Amino acid sequence: METSKVIHAIYTDDDVLMAAVKKVKAERHHIEEIYTPFPVHGLDKAMGLAPTRIAITSFIYGCIGLIVSIWMMNYMMIQDWPQNIGGKPSFSYIENMPAFVPIMFELTVFFAAHLMVITFYLRSRMWPFKKAENPDPRTTDDHFLMELAVHGNEKELENLLKETGAVEINIVEKEAH
Amino acid sequence: MYTFSNKLKTFSFILMILGALGVGYGFMTSHKSFEEVETILAAESAGHGEGHVEEASTMETSHADDTHGDSAEAQVNEHKEHVEHVQHQIANRPWSAFYVAAFFFMMIALGVLAFYAVQYASQAGWSPVLFRVMEGITAYLLPGALIVLAIAVASGTIGHYNLFVWMDPDVVANDEIIQNKSGFLNITWFTIRGLIFITGWSLYRYFARKFSIAQDTAEDNKNFKKSFRIAAAFLVFYIYTESMMSWDWVMSVDPHWFSTLFGWYVFASMIVSGITVIALIAIYLRTKGYLEFVNDSHLHDLAKYMFGFSIFWTYLWFSQFMLIWYANIPEEVTYFVTRIEDYNLPFFGMLVLNFVFPILLLMNSDFKRVPWFIVLTGIVLLFGHYIDVFIMIMPATVGDRWFIGIPEISSVLLFAGLFMFIVFTALTKAPLLAKRNPFIKESEQFHY
Repeated sequence: METSKVIHAIYTDDDVLMAAVKKVKAERHHIEEIYTPFPVHGLDKAMGLAPTRIAITSFIYGCIGLIVSIWMMNYMMIQDWPQNIGGKPSFSYIENMPAFVPIMFELTVFFAAHLMVITFYLRSRMWPFKKAENPDPRTTDDHFLMELAVHGNEKELENLLKETGAVEINIVEKEAH
Repeated sequence: MYTFSNKLKTFSFILMILGALGVGYGFMTSHKSFEEVETILAAESAGHGEGHVEEASTMETSHADDTHGDSAEAQVNEHKEHVEHVQHQIANRPWSAFYVAAFFFMMIALGVLAFYAVQYASQAGWSPVLFRVMEGITAYLLPGALIVLAIAVASGTIGHYNLFVWMDPDVVANDEIIQNKSGFLNITWFTIRGLIFITGWSLYRYFARKFSIAQDTAEDNKNFKKSFRIAAAFLVFYIYTESMMSWDWVMSVDPHWFSTLFGWYVFASMIVSGITVIALIAIYLRTKGYLEFVNDSHLHDLAKYMFGFSIFWTYLWFSQFMLIWYANIPEEVTYFVTRIEDYNLPFFGMLVLNFVFPILLLMNSDFKRVPWFIVLTGIVLLFGHYIDVFIMIMPATVGDRWFIGIPEISSVLLFAGLFMFIVFTALTKAPLLAKRNPFIKESEQFHY
């Protein structure tokens, strides 16, 4: 399996980490990944990550949910088994629409929320029984880990990371995924 | 310190003068004689063809309580009643237009006052840079609310019961439902209640403003703590009085009809319009270079509130509509039947303006940070909520004789001018930054 050399710098404080990220970016190094025990506000912007597109998927899923709910209730309540709704036996979807609005709303939210979470997991390459990619279990407790690719500039990177306040610096071989 | 530019001041005076002229014209031309109304009705039925005549004649029959009058005398009576009814509706129009506009601008100030109190009670860290703008807007509350109450009372004393039919002793004498409510719905008690509401709101506004200004030069946070305490007390008072105010000043125009969530519904309209006006004035002052400490993140938060409360408004509108539609009880559905039949375009149009527009324009996170986008949505929202108030009052007073014409537009101009004059004058009275507020640093550095 193909491997690449990466450098792991470990920090113990999110503010130090933020300052370090800004400094490393200023020196024009590419940060592969950062592992943190909790979400650090503004980290994605500091790392220069592209803005998330999950909101767009959520909007699309919501629209799908709305359409599914309309189709479903039209089939169930109007076509397959016509129902007398609220003493108004019109057997028309549009005339009974107010009664369907709560379900239309709920299914829109249901589809948007659940499909968005599933999308998020898949996009983050997380699924059941998957082996964790986390390189250091301490990042689930109180440590922050910054991963940089090494291209024959180990010494330079090490010095830079030391300066930024890293408490530990390791160079490791990493399997490519 | 903000200075009220002469240009803006002149503009507000022009609005007030134009508005006053139009309102005067509306009142002068609203008194039609019996014959004039007869010719109007005859011209209308001729213009609309056969179908309408039949419709009108069935409507006339439904107005009269007795069964189909076969005799000529009964028909003459029916005709007379119908013409008098329309005559009264035409006379009501300038009153209603005046009242709707007065209520709309009062509602903005009251909504902002509630929002301001929430900021203090929750010790919000993002909003203190906007406090002086909010305090400026709430300066309109006292005069605005007094005007609304004065119009309401005047309509039942110097007017001919042009807004509230329950003020008319002749109507009450023949109406058992109103008779049963007359312990609550009578002019004296109505006026006292109104004055209690206005006194409570104005006292909170007076002390909150006083403490806010005293805090600017204070050494400690005592004034802030006092303001926090009165804000919490005010919110309790507000949620009761706002609800009762909306029964009194709005819902009682239809004294047979009631809705238990009406107070909330009016509140939703109030808070959306209020937050929209905060955003519009903040953007205006920022473009003039006064609020350099208000950044895009503050606007973003205001726009989030505009978006959220628009959906909240729709939720309440729909909750009220759906229950009544579902139950289908005649005395309840008549409220919506009138609105859907006679006010079809504004009734459904307002849903587009107040729900579809903000949901589409403000859903995207980036759009909420673009000032001209907020201004565009804000103007649409304010127009939509004016229509909302219009739809709450007009069907009860003018029926199908509504139009957005000179009386309506000039009433809006008059109160818009007065609102601008009072609000911008109040803004000049204190520095635009509440500099010694304990959260001001957090607020200035607020970012998303």
